[in-house]
Amino acid sequence: MIDLHGFGPQLLLGTWMTLKLAFASLILGLSLGLFGAILKSSRNRLFFWLGDVYSTIFRGVPELVVVLLIYFGSTGVLTTISGWFGGGFVELNPFAAGTLALGICFGAYATEVFRGALLTIPRGQYEAGLALGLSRPYIFRRLILPQLWRIALPGLGNLFMVMMKDTALVSVIGLEEIMRKASVATSVTKAPFTFYLAAACIYLGITIVAMITLQFLERRANRGIRRAHA
Amino acid sequence: MNVALMWEYLPQLLTGAVLSVQLVLVSGILGVVIALPLAVGRLSRNPLIAAFPYAYIFFFRGTPLLVQLFLVYYGLSQFEFIRNSVLWPILREPYWCAVITMSMHTGGYIAEILRGAIQAVPVGEIEATRALGMSRYTAFRRIILPRAARIAWPAYGNEVILMLKGSALASTITLLELTGMARTIIAKTYTPVEIFTAAGAIYLLLSFIMVQGFRFVERRWNRHLVRA
Repeated sequence: MIDLHGFGPQLLLGTWMTLKLAFASLILGLSLGLFGAILKSSRNRLFFWLGDVYSTIFRGVPELVVVLLIYFGSTGVLTTISGWFGGGFVELNPFAAGTLALGICFGAYATEVFRGALLTIPRGQYEAGLALGLSRPYIFRRLILPQLWRIALPGLGNLFMVMMKDTALVSVIGLEEIMRKASVATSVTKAPFTFYLAAACIYLGITIVAMITLQFLERRANRGIRRAHA
Repeated sequence: MNVALMWEYLPQLLTGAVLSVQLVLVSGILGVVIALPLAVGRLSRNPLIAAFPYAYIFFFRGTPLLVQLFLVYYGLSQFEFIRNSVLWPILREPYWCAVITMSMHTGGYIAEILRGAIQAVPVGEIEATRALGMSRYTAFRRIILPRAARIAWPAYGNEVILMLKGSALASTITLLELTGMARTIIAKTYTPVEIFTAAGAIYLLLSFIMVQGFRFVERRWNRHLVRA
């Protein structure tokens, strides 16, 4: 086995932080993605344009640049705003900045996944809801959303795996997650390969658990759906 | 937002962008070289042959690029025999570490793309090669691979654009590509918003150009396919 020189508990703490970051970003990203998809499906030109600009920009700019921009850029902006109200120096902590950055990037990709899923839902379903006298928000919540989830799930699962690995980038702004813990351990023990390999194994472990969970969720979401035998 | 400042540092950012593009091009090509044997091996019916590509692909797709980069750049120096080997002059250079890691990383992804594409070649066409008496090697080289290349092309394009974004990580091992250059400028000017925005805009432009380039090739390759 790998000798961790007593840094095992630290790596576990880092793992916990990585998981918290991944889930916080997931929640933010799913909300942004759904919102972006609704904007992009709108017939209103301005709304479509807003959604389109959002998903285009944040799919084309590296996640690392977004993380750095939000962490180092937010301080100036927030301090200026707080200055208007007589406040002082404000800065985002690495966790908030990381969540915001990864959530925004996840949301840009999720926008496209949700939009694609929205397109597959037959118009007739919507019209049926209207014919039954249901309100538009009610139709969206009770008819469209449950089906959307089933169709979008595989795409969102892939995005989650990608984003989970991108949490490593937040170590660059000093969040105490797996990579940061590994590099601290490295600077003490002078055994970089050992610790980065241990970090790699943890990420692999999280990936495996995520894969199994996704399979379970997909099977659950698809219950009651008849499949043609290939 | 100080636009004049963005203009002032644009030339310096562009020299960084040249290195980014270079990293992406080299790793995009080397990635295919790595991916081809992996994809073929992964398709082998012999489990002993298929095991290595499977493990390779699993590792490189299951761990962050940053970890892989640090394993190669910082990690390898842990071993005495590597520091004494003839490869050390290469492995201690951040540039070569970035090229090697990015190629191996993208190679894992491209291998899966290629595998899918090879499997998507219609069975009838492969049977036709048998009927014509082609050897398996000839059929692979002249029929299956060219067909698979066309099927894989759009997905390969996506992967190259992901690598453009991944190349930003090379800044963490001291390379002065676009992101690294931006961070260096910011250390001097303390203007993260302006410089990172300018860098982001350059990345957007680069990915736009790449998307157009891939579409152009795709259209050329598929000219013979008449669209209804």
